[in-house]
Amino acid sequence: MSGLLLIQGGRVIDPSQAIDATRDVLVVDGLVAEVAAQIEPPEGAREIDAAGLVVTPGLIDVHVHLREPGGEHKETIATGARAAAAGGFTAVCAMPNTDPVVDDPAGVGFVLAQGAAAGAARVYPMGAISVGQEGKQLAAIGEMFEAGAVGITDDGNPVMDSGLMRRALDYAQTFGIPVADHPEDLGLSGVGVMNEGLMATRLGLHGKPNASEDVHILRDLMLADLTGGHIHLQHVSTAYGVEAIRLAKTRGVWVTAEATPHHLILTEERIGGFDTDAKMNPPLRSLADREAVREGLADGTLDVFATDHAPHHYDEKEQAFADAPNGIIGLETALALGLTYVVGEGLIDLPTLIHRMSVGPAEAFGLPGGTLVAGSPGDVTIIDPEEAWTVDRDRFLSKSRNMPFHGWDLKGRASYTIVGGVVVWEADRGQSSE
Amino acid sequence: MNQPNAALGKDLVGLESLSAEQILTILNTAEPFKEISERRIKKVPVLRGKTIVNLFFEDSTRTRVSFEFAEKRLSADTVNITSTGSSVAKGETLVDTARNLEAMRIDMVVVRHGSSGAAKFLAERIPSNVINAGDGSHEHPTQGLLDILTIRDHFAKIEGLKVCLVGDILHSRVARSNIFGLLTLGAEVAVCGPKTLLPLGIAKLGVTVFSRIEEAIEWADALNVLRLQLERMETGFLPSLREYNQVWGVSQTRLDQAPKDLLILHPGPMNRGVEIDSDVADGPHAVILQQVTNGVAVRMAVLYLLAGGAPDTAEAAKEGAEA
Repeated sequence: MSGLLLIQGGRVIDPSQAIDATRDVLVVDGLVAEVAAQIEPPEGAREIDAAGLVVTPGLIDVHVHLREPGGEHKETIATGARAAAAGGFTAVCAMPNTDPVVDDPAGVGFVLAQGAAAGAARVYPMGAISVGQEGKQLAAIGEMFEAGAVGITDDGNPVMDSGLMRRALDYAQTFGIPVADHPEDLGLSGVGVMNEGLMATRLGLHGKPNASEDVHILRDLMLADLTGGHIHLQHVSTAYGVEAIRLAKTRGVWVTAEATPHHLILTEERIGGFDTDAKMNPPLRSLADREAVREGLADGTLDVFATDHAPHHYDEKEQAFADAPNGIIGLETALALGLTYVVGEGLIDLPTLIHRMSVGPAEAFGLPGGTLVAGSPGDVTIIDPEEAWTVDRDRFLSKSRNMPFHGWDLKGRASYTIVGGVVVWEADRGQSSE
Repeated sequence: MNQPNAALGKDLVGLESLSAEQILTILNTAEPFKEISERRIKKVPVLRGKTIVNLFFEDSTRTRVSFEFAEKRLSADTVNITSTGSSVAKGETLVDTARNLEAMRIDMVVVRHGSSGAAKFLAERIPSNVINAGDGSHEHPTQGLLDILTIRDHFAKIEGLKVCLVGDILHSRVARSNIFGLLTLGAEVAVCGPKTLLPLGIAKLGVTVFSRIEEAIEWADALNVLRLQLERMETGFLPSLREYNQVWGVSQTRLDQAPKDLLILHPGPMNRGVEIDSDVADGPHAVILQQVTNGVAVRMAVLYLLAGGAPDTAEAAKEGAEA
């Protein structure tokens, strides 16, 4: 179906093979066939001139909320998969906190089918840890794995029962999938709606202390140590949390962890006058926390750059701060934010960012892709690192607009997003349907 | 459509954003309005023809009635909307409620809401003047102003005075408005209460923190004793009301130990025998009822100024000149 695609003369950055050089990439029948200095165009091949552009393994976002089923007014799997492609992502992992919760193989099958029908980024379903994400009884983890789930999580409703978490970490090992946790002690968070500190005190908003996240990060690390299971810690936002993960890694605990663009770039100051577009969970924290998250991404303590793309309808965010839901969208700005504020400010180099967005997430979740090794999926992102643009959320393909970066000037953008050898996004032409 | 007042701006959402000059303007404008409530006929035409909506999403008797008296004594037309039985109970959003009111061509909205930031949220979305009558745990600016006016009445100054807020600072919008306003005017401010009810980082606002009421009493010129919400035990902030009274209650026995007489304020409604004992509340240094009286004058001043009245013509406006 996809035939032949030749990407010529780009700067190929493939951290999985430590490649950073001018190369041609040939994709045949949906798989990477060859990466070489010069490849003769085969007959009938589509040729893309990538001179001046960066060619990378398809970018992967392991943390997105696509809201379908049940929240289609915020996002659908189709709109989310297209937004992902427009942001340079060739694959995303869809969180199971939908309505109904994805806690059985039928739910997994639904997400896979809707994802395939969208014809944009690949959509990998995550299943719930517990039935209904109620934290009481293990969900059908084995059956969901057989149906295609790539991991389990009760994201959005953290597992408070440490005994259940321990059993999930034990049980999931049979299937080789990670247990992803939104680390938060709900008792410590209480009625908090932002970071606990001076800003919350001034605004009269109830705070969530760092400890509400740290307690669960430490718990999860201890349980991973106990069980030998793989814990994946989502959206780490605290200095202590980063430190604890760093220590656990030196002790050989099987842990992978995420940093989000917003926790790398913003602090609680961004909430300013009760801006609900800066409300998410975990909340934006202090400058010291932000610096620790940046260091964690740089030294590899945090393996994965992930968005926690969390669409909400305009009306839901158009409320007083405490009444508005948590979450911001991120798929269509993550790459440019990373290029501008993480690479651009010299924290890490471009190959390291690509690592955290390709082979890092692929290895954490055991996903195909994240590499241009011959025989791997023909998922490729072609980036114009110099393109300057201004964020205009009204032009997003996502259904939602809730985000704090509207109007920001950024540099760098996906020019082409290629999934299985098929161009699903072309910056000059919009969504592509070959 | 109302022109922003040069002295105050379009709205009054809090004291944090006001300058000392702006706060003093309101306090000074309140002075001539005090006298209206002492007349036999308590009505002047300052806000004749203005329409004001009192939009209360939370129960309130004192604040709502105080605003209503202020509005009526200035001859405004007023409507009260409370959350019970209104369209709010039918699921209408805050902003839709306000826009519907706007469509009936109103001039001002006085809003009380359970969520911090709700008044600012409204102020940014409707052209009417918005006055915050309490938003969550954020601010209650007219209460802060009337407290400060009452302190000034007694000491004839604010600068250099030592004022301590006692009790549940964490959940208190009254505390925040007092802290911001008093600090801006140059007072020294302290807070005192159980640590479970003191917000993290409160000292960074520039206030002194006392954990013992005895220390606060020794330090202060004035105590503003906050109401203890009775549900705080159920949510685990305190063991019992009895223990609270024993450790933090303002009693005459404790006040007798102070080196000087302290002015005693309370924003009401009081829990006698909990945060304040009756002999203190009814004693010679309590100005709790004077606070209530000043509340009407302060709210008249705020209404007058936001409606476009000039601070120096308040006296003349009372006698019929257009605001």
